[in-house]
Amino acid sequence: MDKLINMNVEIAGVHFKNPVTVASGTFGSGMEYADYIDLNRLGAITTKGVATVAWAGNKTPRIAETYGGMINAIGLQNPGIDTLLTRDIPFLKQYDTKIIVNVCGRSKEDYVEAVKKLSKAPVDMLEINISCPNVKEGGIAFGQNAAVAQDITAAVKKVSKHPIIMKLSPNVTDITEMAKAVEAGGADAISLINTITGMKIDIHKRTFAVANRTGGLSGPAIKPVAVRMVYQVANAVKVPIIGMGGITNAADALEFIMAGATMVAVGTANFNDPLTTVKVIDGIEQFMKEKNVKDIHELIGCVNK
Amino acid sequence: MPYRENAVIKSTSCLATGVYEMWFQTSDIAKEAKPGQFISVYSDDGVRLLPRPISICELQKDLLRIVYRVVGDGTKEFSKMKAGDRLSIQGPLGNGYDVKAPYAEKKAILFGGGIGIPPMLELAKQLHCEKNIVLGYKDELFLNNEFEPYGTVTIATEDGSAGVKGNVLDAVDKYSIQAEVIYACGPLPMLRAIKAYALEHHIDCYLSLEEKMACGIGACLACVCDSTQIDEHSKVKNKRICKEGPVFNAMEVEI
Repeated sequence: MDKLINMNVEIAGVHFKNPVTVASGTFGSGMEYADYIDLNRLGAITTKGVATVAWAGNKTPRIAETYGGMINAIGLQNPGIDTLLTRDIPFLKQYDTKIIVNVCGRSKEDYVEAVKKLSKAPVDMLEINISCPNVKEGGIAFGQNAAVAQDITAAVKKVSKHPIIMKLSPNVTDITEMAKAVEAGGADAISLINTITGMKIDIHKRTFAVANRTGGLSGPAIKPVAVRMVYQVANAVKVPIIGMGGITNAADALEFIMAGATMVAVGTANFNDPLTTVKVIDGIEQFMKEKNVKDIHELIGCVNK
Repeated sequence: MPYRENAVIKSTSCLATGVYEMWFQTSDIAKEAKPGQFISVYSDDGVRLLPRPISICELQKDLLRIVYRVVGDGTKEFSKMKAGDRLSIQGPLGNGYDVKAPYAEKKAILFGGGIGIPPMLELAKQLHCEKNIVLGYKDELFLNNEFEPYGTVTIATEDGSAGVKGNVLDAVDKYSIQAEVIYACGPLPMLRAIKAYALEHHIDCYLSLEEKMACGIGACLACVCDSTQIDEHSKVKNKRICKEGPVFNAMEVEI
């Protein structure tokens, strides 16, 4: 990297060599991508959502392609925290990149227990996925009720040894209300957006394209919604933002950064090209060179300046 | 080791109604590939993000052949490509069939049903044992002649227009075809019936499964199948078809 260009960013005291990570669930724990890219290049690796115990996930089909995107209902299948700690984290520690562990749960107690179990883990940040259905409260997602989102944030903050990123669901009327709630709960950072609930019908089979009926829409199709929400949240809260939703190339990533994101995450695009993250990093640097931008901070939230 | 390549298409042709073949010139993929593995083929159109997983039909040095059915816009796009065009492909992916001993010695049946027939061709070429090749079609035949040099070929068609009228097991029944090991790829009902047949006759049985995939490399957990035991990787009773599969011992999976 050109030494005259600064791409380092900091969130909650954690320093990242560049502002690019991956969206949880699209990258496993990085192992499968190590065949294609140098994982050392990434600012951070965000692992697939993990719970206190293994979850089997949903029935198949779990995904369907849609115009400029895809719908997924994997069901947060994961091997549980113990396997993450004994297999995945030691794998990631071989690399010079930061580690963000995404955490999911079915109840407040699940989140708290998971965060406690991770307290001694040699990782940099935790990201809390509050788009999971709250089983005890009739299945509405934690992230769809501001009071609940704030309560979960405060509860995990209380027990966490790591800085906490709260990952917001876009399936709400006013995203700024959720952002303010998690900030009030003590979140160190906010990531958004998670997927937008969608549905696809298989007209030949006359049934739902994914077994779960509904799923999360991701990919370039949702990017304008995501950029708008990042912009709104950046103007509503003070905590740093990790922006995501349909980022496919450096130009997309720069939109999020200019809207107010300190970091960005590449998600669905990893499925189209496992080299996307590295291309995004190189492309941001190239853009900065061409536009004579010395420091990425000149671009973060620049549309507001 | 899998590779991502922007591969040149050497030739294309239509083999039957809606069934096409494509030969790729590859740098590394063909050299590393085994029968039963697959490649991801990527659309050039940005509205179609996900790769189409397509089984490897044949390998010749650095050339790789796929035979696929046009089922949607992605495969329709591929079918319109011409020699000299390029497509992004990734592979070889998945585990593939084990063609080494002890399997090399065993009397085998290779079952292919419909668009599950193509991967059996490279397997037939590389498996050096006594082979009965049983191919099931709805009606129109394709690739059947290319199997002739590698074993005894028996055809079954649903409409009775060629070979035995019925399915592949009707053909096995009619000609009393025997085996010590079975390899099969085809629609799920066929695989279920073959698994039941293999269990009943105490025959080793390897099935190639398919499912909607997103990443194709084992990261996204879209393409899982139920497994009989807790899987070493997932820690639950399912396995990634793109990674632990697509070929499974029939006893490992619940289908």
